[in-house]
Amino acid sequence: MTHRTRRTAAGVAVVALLPLLAACGGDGSSSDGASGEGSSTVTLVTHDSFAVSDDVLAAFEKESGLTVEQVAPGDAGTLVNQLVLTKDAPLGDVVYGVDNTFASRAVEAGVFEAYQPAGLDPEVAAYAPDDLAGTLTPIDVGDVCLNLDDGWFEKNGVTPPTTLEDLTKPEYADLTVVTNPATSSPGLAFLLATIGAFGTDGWQDYWTDLRDNGVKVAESWEDAYYVDFSGAGEGGQRPIALSYATSPAFTVSEDGKSSTTSAMLDTCFRQVEYAGVLAGAANPEGAKQLVDFLTTGEFQADIPGQMYMYPADPGVELPADWTKFAPLADKPFEVAPADVAAHRDEWIEQWTATVVD
Amino acid sequence: MTRATARATPHPVSRPASRAARWRTDRWGAWLGWGAAVVLPLGFLAVFFAWPVVSLVLQGFFTETPAGRVLDLSGFAEVLSQDRTWRIVGQTLAQAVTGTVLSVLLGLPGAYVLYRCRFPGRTVVRGLVTVPFVLPSVVVGVAFRALFAPGGMLGWAGLEESFAGIVLALVFFNYAVVVRTVGGMWERLDPRAEQAARALGATPWRAFRTVTLPALGPAIASAAAVVFLFCATAFGVVLVLGGLRYGTIETEIWIRTTQFLDLRSAAVLSVLQLVVVAGALVVSSRARTRRERALHLTSDRVSAHRLRLRAGADLVPALVTLVVVAGLLVLPMAGLVTRSLRTADGAWGLGNYVALGTTGGRNALTVTVWEALGNSLRTATWAATIAVVVGGLVALVVSRRPRRPAMRRAVGVLDAAFMLPLGVSAVTVGFGFLITLDRPLGLDVDLRTSGALVPIAQAVVAIPLVVRTMLPVLRAIDPRLREAAATLGAAPGRVLRSVDGPLGARSLGLAIGFAFAVSLGEFGATSFLARPETATLPVVIYRLIGRPGAENYGMALAASVVLAVLTATVMMVAERLRGDRPGGEF
Repeated sequence: MTHRTRRTAAGVAVVALLPLLAACGGDGSSSDGASGEGSSTVTLVTHDSFAVSDDVLAAFEKESGLTVEQVAPGDAGTLVNQLVLTKDAPLGDVVYGVDNTFASRAVEAGVFEAYQPAGLDPEVAAYAPDDLAGTLTPIDVGDVCLNLDDGWFEKNGVTPPTTLEDLTKPEYADLTVVTNPATSSPGLAFLLATIGAFGTDGWQDYWTDLRDNGVKVAESWEDAYYVDFSGAGEGGQRPIALSYATSPAFTVSEDGKSSTTSAMLDTCFRQVEYAGVLAGAANPEGAKQLVDFLTTGEFQADIPGQMYMYPADPGVELPADWTKFAPLADKPFEVAPADVAAHRDEWIEQWTATVVD
Repeated sequence: MTRATARATPHPVSRPASRAARWRTDRWGAWLGWGAAVVLPLGFLAVFFAWPVVSLVLQGFFTETPAGRVLDLSGFAEVLSQDRTWRIVGQTLAQAVTGTVLSVLLGLPGAYVLYRCRFPGRTVVRGLVTVPFVLPSVVVGVAFRALFAPGGMLGWAGLEESFAGIVLALVFFNYAVVVRTVGGMWERLDPRAEQAARALGATPWRAFRTVTLPALGPAIASAAAVVFLFCATAFGVVLVLGGLRYGTIETEIWIRTTQFLDLRSAAVLSVLQLVVVAGALVVSSRARTRRERALHLTSDRVSAHRLRLRAGADLVPALVTLVVVAGLLVLPMAGLVTRSLRTADGAWGLGNYVALGTTGGRNALTVTVWEALGNSLRTATWAATIAVVVGGLVALVVSRRPRRPAMRRAVGVLDAAFMLPLGVSAVTVGFGFLITLDRPLGLDVDLRTSGALVPIAQAVVAIPLVVRTMLPVLRAIDPRLREAAATLGAAPGRVLRSVDGPLGARSLGLAIGFAFAVSLGEFGATSFLARPETATLPVVIYRLIGRPGAENYGMALAASVVLAVLTATVMMVAERLRGDRPGGEF
């Protein structure tokens, strides 16, 4: 078959399938991509945990006259790589959900059009330092921390650990499970916490100690939390597990007075999630409006209940049980996004060599 | 001339000419028909598989320089010189070969018991056996780890993070492939050949080895090839059960692509994966064609007999099957079902199933699980339609045995080409879609975000299974039937309609069922194309299990049980549809 006939054949196949394609949208929702559909539609590319209340979104659509289409091609880490690969033909107009462990790579690759809402609270803007400033808009934050099964420590008469150093002590041998930074985003955040705590030259020794003290490495969060963590109530054997500062709010007892787990607030890394306008967006004006909307009080107040993250805007009031069971860390460990972008692959490889191989 | 013939041929003079003309149009029609039957599937495969995959791999071999894109093959030298690469290749081969051999060894007795013997409850067991094949691997991974972990039911066996643990999970997934493929052929084998051998004094073992086994050869080779491809590209379960220590080419491609965006190494690894897969396909095709021939097929009513446990002949296969089904298949699934019946407050009940009408604890989902189920059914209907049309055409073409060696070879290549989607990483396909299918071929539709790509991506994975289901039946049709029809004056189209049609249609029900079941369970490629409002069942299960809270975990398991029951039902109905007809490979 010659090249030309093959092209023709491919064309025939696609044309033959077109009626099918058009019918596949289901539910009467438009099956067309938003970009190119004129200025009334704006496409939001996001990771698989984006959520918003129907009425909040509907109010925005009514006010702006825009229709918001959502596409969720993968988790947070995968998302950035997808954006980099598709930068010449972007998947939509706006992206939400790029976090501070991956953001610099996307900014470096020229994925975004510079834009931040006018009059953004300086405290919010501070979450987007250095190379992210003016390009990405912080929307929400959350802490990745070790969680404790409080009941286990009480029952076994062991004083619960509080710091990263505690975990290398003999009394906590074989009690901790974390996740692999190469395959899991909380795992990467925790590796960064240890780099923030012990410095770029000290973290390797810390992990050697952790390994020698019997730390277990699971490949994914669900694996660590549901199989290994005793606090999840699924038969796990380890009372210290890597999760989020908000996780204890999911283990609140029936009466709502106490939680069976707690977060070790001195072991946290703060994840910041951003929104940005994609370079080459079909509807750049709509994209900007959508980013503005994500920073409004209405959307910010919707974040805790919908996505289980903290709104970036410090002025937004939090649900009552949050302050009690899911407070943020006072002093989370930090690594600058640009440093993460520059060294992440190298750090992960060193980590693998230290802990796994 | 009698009046009768005169009436039949009112214009005897024009008869030879019209016949020649008809013969010519038939011949043209046949060429056109076969041409379309080759071109349409190839076009589909080219656009929705080859183009995306090749584009992504090529991207890894080109680097951007100020002078433009330059071919850079230094990645080969770099990746191939690392010990780690060869360790990963070795692990891939070891896992896939062991998983395949074990699946075949355990699957053969299963095929015999489930397809050659009659016993009460056989249909249910046949349906049950298929369930693991479509369970989301994230759920299977967690279920197996819960068994293997310290404190789990099999915690004492030391299977956690072990080679044996991974291989067991691979057999769990692929047992059904062997049982159905080989069983489908076995139940139609005429038992008289074996009976004759026995009557002539052969021991049961000798009769099996010299008569039955050679006849089953093509089916075994075919099953082994499919299982090998599934094992070599297993992702979720290898990662969850083995971790990076037992990493394979597939897990490495996934990490290099999604986490590091190291397309250079990923491209080299993709080529390695292709070499392994192509090697397996060549071996399997050799084994198949050497043995393949027209068989005397019969009804299973004739061949099947009541399970004879007393007489001893069926005792060993029955025991092996019992141990495998109870220990390897039912045990992990029973763990899932049991846990799905425990509600968040620790009581037993249907609370998790009632919650499937909600969006989960603290709004973990954007749609309810039932809505997701609706999405799954809709998507699977489209995917199964596409897969059966395209796969059916491929099976028809490949079932021919052209006389010219070149044509014969071309048919073999076509067969292998449509197996490749099973042997190429889902992440390569998914990322390939993203860089190629933005308004492809001048269409004004961004296919990547349209939602239409989801059933297509699922169909690409289901097509090889449709082909493997229909092919053995079409191939087992005695060519003399077609020749006889042609001699009696039937045009090529008529031969197809009246010989291949009715016989081939018999495997259609099963092919539809399998395509449907595969698309219901597909997660890999789907996850890269998901739209939140049309999320499918595996996608919401994945989301639920990714959230803390006993309620979400319970819902994830309940949703998995729903998926499993649905799949088992689809397979049982498909088998019923088949009725008393020669079956396919699955």
